Amino acid sequence: MSLHATHRDAGKVTVVDLSGRITLGDGSALLRKTIRGLLEDQRKMIVLNLADVDYIDSSGIGELVSGFTAVKNQSGDLKLLHLTKKVKDLLQITKLYTVFDVFTEESAALRSFN
Amino acid sequence: MASEIKHLEMTLETQVESVNLAEEMCLRVAEAAGFGEDDCYRIGMSVREGVINAFHYGNEERPEKKIYLAVDLTAEKMIIHVLDEGVGFKLIDVPDPLAEENLLSTSGRGIFLMRAFMDEFDVVSGRTGGAEIVMSKKLPTPGSASPNGQGGQNATPQQEEQG
Repeated sequence: MSLHATHRDAGKVTVVDLSGRITLGDGSALLRKTIRGLLEDQRKMIVLNLADVDYIDSSGIGELVSGFTAVKNQSGDLKLLHLTKKVKDLLQITKLYTVFDVFTEESAALRSFN
Repeated sequence: MASEIKHLEMTLETQVESVNLAEEMCLRVAEAAGFGEDDCYRIGMSVREGVINAFHYGNEERPEKKIYLAVDLTAEKMIIHVLDEGVGFKLIDVPDPLAEENLLSTSGRGIFLMRAFMDEFDVVSGRTGGAEIVMSKKLPTPGSASPNGQGGQNATPQQEEQG
């Protein structure tokens, strides 16, 4: 299953709804394109909704980190919402769970930017 | 259980599509061997990472080079070999992705994931002169396969939640 991405604005925050797999190739490329596109539009407060992402490989992890760094470098923030168990486990064993801000409720994620 | 060893091998092109192909083939073998859903996930991920490693680091994405994948199914375990046509590498030279200075690196987690998800993992010098990843997972004992199958020794995360 390839990756699909749509985004919606919630005030100054943009929520990106992702579904599918973030893996080497098209999945990672689409995530990169989406985040870079938002930054070009000066949308620097980003929440990635991963509720429908059940698979990420090392390439996808690298793209999440790359996006996180790119947003931070522009004085923005990138946070994660609704991790599936597999994705949460993956971020935990790679110690990235402590790097990203992770939320289980969208309202809490949005409030955290205030 | 029969002691016969089942052997399967395929030669893959150095292209992104080979990663999915290798994963799908090994998943079918793992499912047929009786692994549960979680173990199949770990095996599939490890095969992906092994072939990504061969594609990107070993063969440097050069299309004239090949990736050799082999699977042995013994009475005790599923053994996977991924061989590239690069110059090889030593595990000791691979940076630790959990080190503070590497946490925000955008690459270098594949070896770590294979080690975490499989029971045995090693890298040897292959017949091509490239690196040969050899990794295995013990077969589930009859009646033990479950959606929460056991992973490798390092697969259980032990960290506090945040956010």
